[in-house]
Amino acid sequence: MTTYSLVLGDSATMLRRNLRRMRRYPSLTFFIAGIPVVLLLLFVYVFGGTLGAGLGQVAGGRTEYIAYVVPGILLITVAGAAQGTAISVAMDMTEGIIARFRTMDIARVSVLTGHVVGSVIQTMLAIAIVMVVALLIGFRSTTGPLEWAAATGLLVLASLAISWLSVALGMVSKSVETASNLPMFLILLPLMSSGFVPTGSMPDGLSWFAEHQPFTPLIETVRGLLVGTPIGNSGVVAVGWCIGISVVGYLWARRLYDRDPAA
Amino acid sequence: MTAIRSVVAIRAGGLRKSYGKQVVLDGIDLEVAEGTVFALLGPNGAGKTTMVRILSTLIGADGGEVHVAGHDIAREPDAVRSVIGVTGQFSAVDGLFSGEENLQLMADLRHLGKQAGRRRVDELLQRFDLVDAARKPVTTYSGGMRRRLDLAMTLIGDPRIIFLDEPTAGLDPRSRRGMWQTIQELVAGGVTIFLTTQYLEEADRLAHRIGVLDRGVLVAEGTPDELKRLLPGGHIQLSFTGAAELERAARAFDGASRDDESLTLQIPSDGGIPSLRALLDKLEADSIDVDALSLQTPDLDDVFLSLTGNPDEQKVTVR
Repeated sequence: MTTYSLVLGDSATMLRRNLRRMRRYPSLTFFIAGIPVVLLLLFVYVFGGTLGAGLGQVAGGRTEYIAYVVPGILLITVAGAAQGTAISVAMDMTEGIIARFRTMDIARVSVLTGHVVGSVIQTMLAIAIVMVVALLIGFRSTTGPLEWAAATGLLVLASLAISWLSVALGMVSKSVETASNLPMFLILLPLMSSGFVPTGSMPDGLSWFAEHQPFTPLIETVRGLLVGTPIGNSGVVAVGWCIGISVVGYLWARRLYDRDPAA
Repeated sequence: MTAIRSVVAIRAGGLRKSYGKQVVLDGIDLEVAEGTVFALLGPNGAGKTTMVRILSTLIGADGGEVHVAGHDIAREPDAVRSVIGVTGQFSAVDGLFSGEENLQLMADLRHLGKQAGRRRVDELLQRFDLVDAARKPVTTYSGGMRRRLDLAMTLIGDPRIIFLDEPTAGLDPRSRRGMWQTIQELVAGGVTIFLTTQYLEEADRLAHRIGVLDRGVLVAEGTPDELKRLLPGGHIQLSFTGAAELERAARAFDGASRDDESLTLQIPSDGGIPSLRALLDKLEADSIDVDALSLQTPDLDDVFLSLTGNPDEQKVTVR
């Protein structure tokens, strides 16, 4: 077998392993979807009336706010999944079977790619659940299937980046508790972006941060693709961030996995 | 290279490993011939598990050279991994899966193909008496079943060299016997086995060669018989009630060593019945009054304890 097909074959085996584990513990997927759904309802029904009025559009209100906030909620779903990924990686690393994998002639990276691809699939499932709730409470898209496909593609890319990063975070953690806490900053990032209120309404320093962190271009692009707001150069910047974070997460995770396991 | 491959399965030279300032392995040299069982015997913390972890490519060594199946473990770890199997001290099974799923996972990772993999899984479930529990999650398995599954998973790829880290630790006597039998079957099939154990009986029974590891140093190495010969031979110890009796006995037995303080006499003996009978006859003929007699034969326990600096006396007392 060539190295390439070996990596692919072993990764597929590891992915099946992770998907089966997810099916055994479906609660995690629902948890990953549950938090964003709660946030969506919270922002729309509790804050939405006032926030919508402040968007500065004519006849702003709750309905307009739904259109504004959904992309942010989708990206919060992506960021929130990081915690689940980091926890399951950290838990997996404590299992004896990982030691067995390390002494087998298999593509080493497959243990990691299995987790990453599994986590992307899990995230996309959660996003589908969130989207259904969004549509139920009145989210209406103004764009066509091509834009939806592009939005899906970008969300997959974002999820890939976050997954590689969280696999590394899960491995760098010495305990499952740490793995659960480390990715918390990822959930805060979408809150400090253009996801919930326009960055222009923030104080100077925060608004600069919001405009230059990865989640704002991601959210702006998804918003543009779903409800037709202008995208500008956000798309290119978003894709750039995703690729950059993926590469850093991948290299970091590989380095951590190649370390000798602790006794 | 070919010559090494055909004779020596595992060769380590000057192997070192430390964690921080703590030296775990301090220059280990050993050789294991193909198709034999090598037992690494030692107390807790001697470095046995570290040794297995290094030989099985799980962790790197700090110094020294190791060849497994003719491949340098540092330079060609994947070549080594393709011919070895490892069953560690802590079970390396996926707790969320059933026994069958665990085996199937291994078959997939060994690239056996769908049909061959399926066959091998069924075969191993049968061989290790796991057919009834095949579909149950591993979390419901007993310790013995888990260990059997663990070994079955190791055997999926038909490894030529198998590392077993304390394969019978925590098993009940029946499961232990089953494990011994499996090991013997594997060796009969030409597999090389490197096992660690704290049980002398296990090493004595299974191993062709035994290495005694103590605080990171190989303090002795040889066949079980060679190791037993390392200890001074067995002897019969006679105790007396008075110095006069001891004096008479000492004169009757040449080459005996006497201890006036404890009023005992140690007579070298192979511990066999004929020599014991001869001794009793002589005592009777000379009418020497003996208070107590004890027979001391060296076994691996004595070797082990004397080598690892923990002398003990194994006695069979006859009064």
